[in-house]
Amino acid sequence: MNSIEALKELLYKMADDQLIIGHRNSEWNGLGPILEEDIAFSSMAQDKMGQSEHLYNLLNQLGEADADTVAFTRNAPQFHCSHLVELPIGGYDFSLIRHFLFDFAEYMRFEAIKTSAYQPLAQVAKKFFGEIKYHTMHANTWVHQLGNGNEESNTKMQDSLNYAWNYALGMFEPGPAEDILIAENIFMGEEALKAQWLEAITPLLEKSNLTIPEKATWAPIYGGRVGKHTEHLQPLLKEMTEVYTIDPSADW
Amino acid sequence: MEITADYIREELKQVKDPEIPTISIVDLGIVTGIDISENNDIHVTLTPTFAGCPALRMMEDMVKEHLGSYEQLGDITVATSFETTWTTDLISDEGHAAIKKHGLAPPMRNCSNISMDILEATKCPYCDSENTKMKSPFGPTLCRSLHYCNNCKQAFEGFKPI
Repeated sequence: MNSIEALKELLYKMADDQLIIGHRNSEWNGLGPILEEDIAFSSMAQDKMGQSEHLYNLLNQLGEADADTVAFTRNAPQFHCSHLVELPIGGYDFSLIRHFLFDFAEYMRFEAIKTSAYQPLAQVAKKFFGEIKYHTMHANTWVHQLGNGNEESNTKMQDSLNYAWNYALGMFEPGPAEDILIAENIFMGEEALKAQWLEAITPLLEKSNLTIPEKATWAPIYGGRVGKHTEHLQPLLKEMTEVYTIDPSADW
Repeated sequence: MEITADYIREELKQVKDPEIPTISIVDLGIVTGIDISENNDIHVTLTPTFAGCPALRMMEDMVKEHLGSYEQLGDITVATSFETTWTTDLISDEGHAAIKKHGLAPPMRNCSNISMDILEATKCPYCDSENTKMKSPFGPTLCRSLHYCNNCKQAFEGFKPI
């Protein structure tokens, strides 16, 4: 694998994560527990879809198909997203925990990539970093509030954290060319990212009265980055591409 | 007449943000490049406010349309580039006044370390009171947050510092 292929692999997994979590966030549109939360998840969906589009544009510059084609014409085995983002929205407790775990990882990822040797990626990361601060702020506010709420809210959040944990660890599935990305200063690599992520979220979860599962039970759920997905991804893609499939040439 | 970047910049002050029609794209700070060729072809570079802002393509078209109406100008091209990272600190003082005129609280300056506490201190655009409460950091468009003024008892929206 050469450095362009390594870069494409990194861009695909970032873009696909953004697109799929963006779609999942949008599923709260009209269903949020309060109006402000309905708007919050819809706004974050819009941010993430926008971010994915710009990442697909970078891939397009490297010779891949255009953003719409890449987003709307692939099947599940061609996607590089992690299992965490594919899971159905579940209850609000699960969606908040996933939002917290995913967005802090993205926060760290964008911060690292701001100084990437690949300038076009560094430039978009600077933009995304300004946006994701609002996402992590939102996630932490709610996790803190519900973790410290009453017994029922704490139990729900803890159960969701326990369920989501190994999926979250799966976000850091090593790619086939970590060494190239690291050597060429394109990205610090998944292992370093995971360490930074753990350092960031551990004190926040403690303050929220939530406990990270025992280390002996950690078993990262891998496969997403190499096209092996949960049963939930293909139905999501079918729904997401429904309008596009009816008329691919439609102008918006 | 000689076409200069300043001339084009003045012209672009007539192109307004479709979501906040009181502010021009120049005062919003998104015009990051104006290149003029020998035969007066104009190339304008815009930087996105938010990655998912749906108004961006509209604004590109509006720039093309506005400059395209001048016979003395050659071909008009518009491109988006992330080379300059847009932040709310790029909004001019006139831009702040225009945002307030639209009924939104202008973004606080120098907010690279944004926090809930900073957002809580947003000043009411109607009565200038600081006795306000933030209801949500997400509003009806990507660039807005929701607030309530305890002084004049009105809900208002703020332009988010980013």
